[in-house]
Amino acid sequence: MAFVLVRYRQRGQDDTAEPAQIYGSTRVEMAWTVIPVLIVVVLFLTTARVIFAIQDAPEPKAAMDVTVVGHQYWWEFDYPKLGIRTANELHIPLSNPDSPTPTYLKLLSADVIHSFWVSQLSGKTDLVPNKVNEMWIDPHKTGMYEGQCAQFCGVQHANMLLRVYVDTPEQFAAWVKNQQKPAASDPSIAAGRRVFETQACMNCHTIAGTAATGRFGPDLTHLMSRDTLASGVVANTKENLREWIRHPDTFKEGSLMPAMQLNDQQLDQITAYLSTLR
Amino acid sequence: MADTTYTIPDIVEVTPRRWSQADILEWLGSWVTTVDHKKLGILYMLYSIFFLLVGGAEAIAIRIQLMRPEMHFVSPQVFNRLFTMHGTTMVFLVGMTYIFGFANYLIPLMIGARDMAFPRLNALSFWLTFFGGLLLYYSFIGGGGLYGAGNAPDTTWWAYAPLTERAFSPGHSPDYWALSLIVTGFGTIGASINVIATAFSMRCKGMTLMRLPLFVWLNVVTSTLALLAITPLTASQVMLLIDRYLGGHFFDTQAGGSAVIWAHFFWIFGHPEVYVLVLPAFAIANEVIPVFSRKAIFGYPAMVAASVGIGFVSLSVWAHHMFTIGMTSVGNAFFALSTMLVGIPTGIKIFNWLATMWGGKIRFATPMLFCVAFMVQFLVAGLTGIMQSVVPWDWQLHNSYFVIAHFHYVLVGAIIFCLFAGIYYWYPKVTGRMLSEKLGKWHFWLFLIGFHTTFDVMHIPGILGMPRSIYTYPADRGWGTLNMIISIGGIIQAIAVLIFAVNLVRSYFKGKIAGDDPWDAWTLEWTTSSPPPDYNFATDPVATSRRPLWDLKHPEDPDWKYE
Repeated sequence: MAFVLVRYRQRGQDDTAEPAQIYGSTRVEMAWTVIPVLIVVVLFLTTARVIFAIQDAPEPKAAMDVTVVGHQYWWEFDYPKLGIRTANELHIPLSNPDSPTPTYLKLLSADVIHSFWVSQLSGKTDLVPNKVNEMWIDPHKTGMYEGQCAQFCGVQHANMLLRVYVDTPEQFAAWVKNQQKPAASDPSIAAGRRVFETQACMNCHTIAGTAATGRFGPDLTHLMSRDTLASGVVANTKENLREWIRHPDTFKEGSLMPAMQLNDQQLDQITAYLSTLR
Repeated sequence: MADTTYTIPDIVEVTPRRWSQADILEWLGSWVTTVDHKKLGILYMLYSIFFLLVGGAEAIAIRIQLMRPEMHFVSPQVFNRLFTMHGTTMVFLVGMTYIFGFANYLIPLMIGARDMAFPRLNALSFWLTFFGGLLLYYSFIGGGGLYGAGNAPDTTWWAYAPLTERAFSPGHSPDYWALSLIVTGFGTIGASINVIATAFSMRCKGMTLMRLPLFVWLNVVTSTLALLAITPLTASQVMLLIDRYLGGHFFDTQAGGSAVIWAHFFWIFGHPEVYVLVLPAFAIANEVIPVFSRKAIFGYPAMVAASVGIGFVSLSVWAHHMFTIGMTSVGNAFFALSTMLVGIPTGIKIFNWLATMWGGKIRFATPMLFCVAFMVQFLVAGLTGIMQSVVPWDWQLHNSYFVIAHFHYVLVGAIIFCLFAGIYYWYPKVTGRMLSEKLGKWHFWLFLIGFHTTFDVMHIPGILGMPRSIYTYPADRGWGTLNMIISIGGIIQAIAVLIFAVNLVRSYFKGKIAGDDPWDAWTLEWTTSSPPPDYNFATDPVATSRRPLWDLKHPEDPDWKYE
């Protein structure tokens, strides 16, 4: 193209003679039709092979099952075989290439379409209400991987972040053991627990072993085992937790968690209580 | 056209005798009630350029918000409205109207006719489109309805259900979105019927189908596609409104509806729509490239076949927008293949343009500069498009900034560049004056630099995992610097477009007088005066070949000998 532009440019204003008129050439036109056709055939066959290899891969026996439920601006992770329910931070075991333990994700949505995307682990798959989608990941390196929702789902779509922790088998076993325990129940923070159970908190959140069994918001049974609040927006510290409960819009304007209009004493009590849920 | 710059106070103070109130009313009336294809073409173009500026301003606001991580230039709610309105405006109010601006003005002139086939339908179509646009923007005031302050649509321009259902969007903004697109959609349908009827039934003597300028051919394919594509869109909008107000459950997933059906309906419109927008850009390039290369278009029959081929193939590629929605592996493979096939006819076009330039004598006037840049950019856009047709790649790239970069390479790099090329090329015919070449070159180079600064860089954050439609992003993801560069490029483009706007207005008053045929071109519109009289041609022209004017200028070597 550059060659054409330089070679065939007009040289000088007085150079007005018209060039030779050529109308077409069947031979070259055939060439630049047939060659792309061949390229497309090869490219398609390669693509199709990879599609079938990924989408139709049978699930190995050793695979981990996780059900992912998309909610407006947070992620629910259920481990049906382990009886664990958590949110926003997915823990999975490292997969050893010799005896792979991939994680098979079943993707559901509680409201609108979301999309599960952790770019370093896999492509994305949508979570569509009224439809069950599946995908799998097979991580070979431990560490924390960041991802987020990739299909616009409302005001706080941008802050529907998620983290995947790929743990060594030992770390993962320890994590599972802790998650399977019921919620901590220390008599010293009974006041905070009472606030939680008598306010509307319990309508939306679950804390295993208490009266709170709501499913609209994240399960808080082991809240303090998570590194972040509000689906990855801020670090899970005591101050942030208190501010998040007091006024969710500070961190996440338009989040569906309401500001509960608690007084300072209630806020302190409830923060103290939640801080014990390790 | 730029008579509009006479404001009423000026008239009252400066030239009270020449412009009485009755004169102004008569002048206004002549535009509002006109059925002349040239005046309607100008109205379409002014409308398109106006909304290009509006949509551009929205884009700049979006880019300022994304300049740095965790910026607070606009609230998340406003940001979501901005990108929804930016997309809707650019596709429906800019893209769909520039097509009919060019088609209306030029097709009758190119085929030697005195008007479009249905002049009154033409006027109706324009005014439907016009009021559809007003309705969309009125949502800024009325969209909130009973729920408080007004707001514009904020559910993205593809408006995936069930987010648009009343459970999740209780205000009226989705209604404004749906209704205004139904109204502009009817305008598009009317205009498309008109283009097809005109091209097939209004041709002058000697203008056989195989002598039609490629511009007209491409507009016929465009209009056919528009007819096929707008219909499912309108149907789905009606279904959405039934869901929202008459208790329907088409897309209402909470009552057993299907979100996937909306996606199918939308993209069976949405993908042909891309070709509806880009084929008129090809149409412009097909006229500009030969004239400024001083050669006949290379492989005319293949160009016609490729255009029709693109039209056909584009009807079967829609679900490549849905590779991540959970289709079967066979479905994914089918749409990968059909998408790759589009590359063949578009490749033929690029090769033929290059062959047209090969051995020519290229004049780098502003229209040609825009077309050359268009060719390179469209090639890149095509290649990134093929990348995304490879489904496993698309699982990674879908809905990321890579896709945004890809389709802006098509929409800006191809369509807007050709739109500018076309305006520089035909402005002298419309107004009788040349656009300033000096400002034109400034416009071109600034826009080119801005374009590449923005959209070349934009591919990278997509590969790094940055999804689209996000109003902010965490600082630790490392996307900040890239986004800053992208935003700076956006501002450079905005400056270039402002230079263009100045050029449009200034040249109307001070531009060089153009004459009938300033570019030494070959199609029939250059045989009549600039601007053309109401009746276009004093005597019906006769087309002796694909380039009737070449035959007149070169009686020793006319085209018809070679056809």
